[in-house]
Amino acid sequence: MTQAKWTGTRRSFIAASAAVAGAGALSACGGGGGGGGDSTTLNVTLANHVWTDLITKKISEFEDDTGITVTVTQLSEDQLVDNYKVKLNAGSKDIDVMMYRPLQVGKLFGQSGYLLDISDKVGDAGDWNWDDFQKGPVELTTYEDQTVGVPIITESEMVYFRKDLLKASGLDVPTTMEELENAAKTIKEDNSGTAGIVMRSQASAAVTQFSGFLYSFGGTWIDDSGNSAIASAEAKEAYAFYGNLLHSYGPDQMSTDMSWPEASAIFAQGNAGFWIDASSLYQNVYDPEKSKIADQVGFTPFPAGPDGSKPYNVAAWALAINGESPNQDNAWKFIQWATSPEMTLEIQKEGVPSARTSVWDDPAGTESYPEELAEAIAKNAENGVGYDRPRVNGVAQAREIVGGPIVAGISGGDSDAAADDANAQFQELLDGEK
Amino acid sequence: MATTVQGAPGTRERFSQWLNAHRKWLFAAPAMIFTALLIAFPIGWTLYLSLTDAKGSVRSPKGFVGIENYLSILSDLNRFWPAVLRTGAFTAGALALELALGMMIALLLWRPFRGQRWARTAILLPFVATPVAVAMMWRLIFEPNIGFANRFLSWFGIPAQPWLSDPTTTLPTLVLVDVWEFTPMVALILLAGLTTISEDVEEAARIDGANAWQRFWSITLPLLKPVVLVAVLLRAIDALKTFDLLYVTKGQGGGSFHEAETLNIFVYDRTFKYNDYGLASAALIIFFLLILVIMWFLTFRRRGAKL
Repeated sequence: MTQAKWTGTRRSFIAASAAVAGAGALSACGGGGGGGGDSTTLNVTLANHVWTDLITKKISEFEDDTGITVTVTQLSEDQLVDNYKVKLNAGSKDIDVMMYRPLQVGKLFGQSGYLLDISDKVGDAGDWNWDDFQKGPVELTTYEDQTVGVPIITESEMVYFRKDLLKASGLDVPTTMEELENAAKTIKEDNSGTAGIVMRSQASAAVTQFSGFLYSFGGTWIDDSGNSAIASAEAKEAYAFYGNLLHSYGPDQMSTDMSWPEASAIFAQGNAGFWIDASSLYQNVYDPEKSKIADQVGFTPFPAGPDGSKPYNVAAWALAINGESPNQDNAWKFIQWATSPEMTLEIQKEGVPSARTSVWDDPAGTESYPEELAEAIAKNAENGVGYDRPRVNGVAQAREIVGGPIVAGISGGDSDAAADDANAQFQELLDGEK
Repeated sequence: MATTVQGAPGTRERFSQWLNAHRKWLFAAPAMIFTALLIAFPIGWTLYLSLTDAKGSVRSPKGFVGIENYLSILSDLNRFWPAVLRTGAFTAGALALELALGMMIALLLWRPFRGQRWARTAILLPFVATPVAVAMMWRLIFEPNIGFANRFLSWFGIPAQPWLSDPTTTLPTLVLVDVWEFTPMVALILLAGLTTISEDVEEAARIDGANAWQRFWSITLPLLKPVVLVAVLLRAIDALKTFDLLYVTKGQGGGSFHEAETLNIFVYDRTFKYNDYGLASAALIIFFLLILVIMWFLTFRRRGAKL
């Protein structure tokens, strides 16, 4: 009873802070405590994603095979994270399987002990073949030598461009940063009202897309001795380049509020020559139902900077088991089923890039992709860097800090001074986590 | 005294008399205790957390740090104090406009006219729509490149405005949206107050030769004072706590330059994005005290105002 009371207060604190914060809806999901625990019902929480749509269509097959009833909760990314934080903080037992972003919360959840150590489970899985998963993604779902998640979706930094506009201006597909800048400039000059390039411009959101620029200019977030590296000459150059691209060749009304939905909408409306974002988003501009210029979209690998072409190539999403789940064996059954080689192939055929090597080697795995996209993804995977944001506990806070110089540049300010500013704040954050 | 079992009836009688005397408390007790716990527990817990260094997970070990969180919040000139100022500016701006407009609308709808019911219903529409959906809609309208607002301006030859995308125009734009959304509520409260004012006073003033403005300023407004106060109080507390509109339009951190970061956004981000529970709790307690102080100013300092 005392136990229940304690979780009660803990929950009510979070509920209270949520309610006072006006996010009353969050407080309604107290749940937990005695919830779950029924061995034939499995609670699965998934993010809104094409992968989720495909898997939920097939869940009845899993239920028929195993006799387990699966309850799926589907949320958008922000709500998903908030939901996890509320429930896992309260030690809730009513989540068994959770879909999560390793790069955003992996370190925090690992440290808080929210994710079950599944090292033995993946090691003994035989035909399921844990060795088939790509190295980079597996590294991301590992916390202090324990495997805590199974990567399900990978993505890399893709350059989307308008074939017709490039052709009209007599431009080749850019392979270097200079060529990219020149092409964006030319398209903006040649087409009134059309932006040369559109990318994310909101401080936190832009960080992941900026990461490829940072690496290709020879910069990094954190140096080998664990200190902030965002005020290095290379990083400053990258900040200035990204900011200037949007400031000089972006849309006429440049806002600093754009994440991928806004940026992809401008490109899909036919109002931009280039759009750089995650490869997994290609359907937003390639599907004729969503895009006015679907038949004119080209794909090319990330351009080379002074340090070569170094796009991010990451495991965007993974599946994990809640450490408090009373139903861990069935949860593992579900993950095995959802990530089996056959299922992975089927999902990848529908356009969701997976983390299994065998599926990428199988011609059937890439036949549904636009050919140039599949080639560009493969090329990005060769050169890719396995993370697209600073790897710290306080990712959300770090993104706000390191995103500062990006928006300074976009709005025509001094990105070098902003980088020095951000450097001091970022160093403070890193020191606080040591 | 004579026959019954010693002591028992006396005690029982005294007890039942005591119950009888306090029966109104007795019957209300369960509800009162429940309510007290429901309010006291979260506040107590928040207060406790605000004195610890809780971070990452509420369940991980915490250290007691005393008032350190309060000191670091109150000395935070980069984010906390600007957030306080923005909260004040947003609330004051929205409140002033909503009161002025609400009063005009209420006066217009006060006297019976044809189609009055339709007018009253139409006026209420923005207020009954879901705030998150409303915020999404305005976000699309104000999109600087493909939004309707700039297209509308272009018909009149006015150049495109940045609206929500420029740090300097963000807060005024958000105030406008808030005014659009909540003026009906203010108007409704004022209208309810107006309908209770008797016609006689007004008529007497008219016979004495007072013009419309004088009648409003010297008769209607003073009579309406308590109702205006209710409207101000309800709207002020609500506007101080505005969250949905700001978060939907500007997202985490109140935008790239924190241009829309009010106290509520500040606390929310520190709770759900930074997981800095100690710091967030301290900010919440400060926020809570701030609201209490404002309520006290509005209610208790004005003797004669009966709420």
